[in-house]
Amino acid sequence: MEKVIDVQHLSKSFGENEILKDIDFSVGKGEVVCIIGASGSGKSTLLRCINLLEKPSGGQILYNGENILDDHHNIYAYRTKLGMVFQQFNLFNNHNVLKNCTIGQIKVLKRSKEEAEKVALKYLKVVGMDQYINAKPRQLSGGQKQRVAIARALSMEPDVMLFDEPTSALDPEMVGEVLTVMKELAKSGLTMLIVTHEMQFAGEVSNRIVFMDKGVIAEEGSPEQIFNAPKQERTKEFLKRVLK
Amino acid sequence: MIWDQILDWFNPMIEFLVQAAKIVEKYWPMLLRGAGMTLFVSILGTIFGTVIGFIIGTIRTIPLAERGFKRGILKIINAILSAYVEFFRGTPMIVQASVIYYGSLMALGIDMDRTFAAVFIVSINTGAYMTEIIRGGIISIDKGQFEAAHAIGMNHTKTMFHVILPQVMRNILPALGNEFVINIKDTSVLNVIAVTELFFQTKSIAGNTFKYFETYFVTCLMYLAMTLIVTRILRHVERKMDGPDSFNIIPGNQMQVAKPEDLLKKK
Ligand SMILES: Nc1ncnc2c1ncn2[C@@H]1O[C@H](COP(=O)(O)OP(=O)(O)OP(=O)(O)O)[C@@H](O)[C@H]1O
Ligand SMILES: [Mg+2]
Repeated sequence: MEKVIDVQHLSKSFGENEILKDIDFSVGKGEVVCIIGASGSGKSTLLRCINLLEKPSGGQILYNGENILDDHHNIYAYRTKLGMVFQQFNLFNNHNVLKNCTIGQIKVLKRSKEEAEKVALKYLKVVGMDQYINAKPRQLSGGQKQRVAIARALSMEPDVMLFDEPTSALDPEMVGEVLTVMKELAKSGLTMLIVTHEMQFAGEVSNRIVFMDKGVIAEEGSPEQIFNAPKQERTKEFLKRVLK
Repeated sequence: MIWDQILDWFNPMIEFLVQAAKIVEKYWPMLLRGAGMTLFVSILGTIFGTVIGFIIGTIRTIPLAERGFKRGILKIINAILSAYVEFFRGTPMIVQASVIYYGSLMALGIDMDRTFAAVFIVSINTGAYMTEIIRGGIISIDKGQFEAAHAIGMNHTKTMFHVILPQVMRNILPALGNEFVINIKDTSVLNVIAVTELFFQTKSIAGNTFKYFETYFVTCLMYLAMTLIVTRILRHVERKMDGPDSFNIIPGNQMQVAKPEDLLKKK
């Protein structure tokens, strides 16, 4: 399979603390990969290194075969190829729903306002938020905000979508609406890399599950293999804790 | 009997008001011109000061590169800018006005236009305060706003212009109003360089008429009126910027969906 993102020997330290150690993994085109693991194991840091919100301390990140850590690489152009969805939504508070989804297209991709609005409405429809284009973020519920955040990322028409615990900040009754949208996206063939604590959801949508523990990838495999026949002791322990 | 006593009481007060009214009647053009000058200097000073504050506050929050030439330059610029802030916050405006005006006259031989000097002094003074207010405003914006902007490919400049500074602008409006009100009052110190603002005019009128109490009383009310009006206007602007409390749900109709801005207009 064609690799879109290929992480090689990636490491990341904050001061003395080595948070990621020699991470090797890749995401293929059209693949849906879920990253699971205990709190503090480095899942967010890995995701944030991939779109360079954190600067890796060592290793390489290849995007379509090119090392994006090379000095001459344009990181802004690279970031438009990755859509990021945050745990805390991070919608632009000064813009309404529509503008949240058009501003990046207009200012970064240099699309015209008309085209940007057409694209934005298309994706707002996908997440079921096209009726709310006039609303400001503060007027929306958590689930609605997260769906707009997904539409904002999709509006840039990225190659890969990164999700960092998109449902962890939501009230339980709103988790479903966001997961439903994400399942639809997964079915549509979008390449997705998802950090999640929703094990059932991970089992349903992913082609592959990556289990992280203390800054390393402890085990990876198909959902069936990870959930039904984990090889590593620490995977078994983790699953016993979260699945009971 | 009792009426006489009450009249005795009120007489001085009535006399005072009559005198004050006479001053207004005779000197209103001078007072109005003074108030006009006060507003002119404080409005321009506040606007330019805010612009200075945005520019310097933004520069001072540029993240330092890890190493290299740019880092060195930025450090030097930051040192100069913080010296500017410390100097103008740490000295009285009345002294700054004298130093700048007489300094440029005597040391450099430049006879500055007094109005220009007034606007200049109020601007850089306000700039020093606004710089800190805006720097604080930028720092207090949630880190997630920066990250979301970076994540869709915006560089630092775009992030600041399209996401951060508009939010800072909204958040600092109350502080900006405060600066404006302070400026209306503090321009009175510019009489040391003979700027014909309201206090200067009042002093001349009082000196001519010897009616000190009445004249300053009228001026006092004029300052109060200016600051109250300005405060009300800024409140209104704040509410405007917040937008309506509710929003319209757009029915999922193709035609309407294609033209969201038309729907906005109909409201
Ligand atoms: N900016 C930072 N400075 C110092 N330490 C950090 C920083 N960011 C993260 N860490 C540390 O890195 C470790 C991994 O954090 P990370 O957020 O990647 O974990 P996680 O697997 O996403 O956990 P969670 O499930 O709670 O989100 C933690 O111990 C955290 O304290
Ligand atoms: Mg995390």
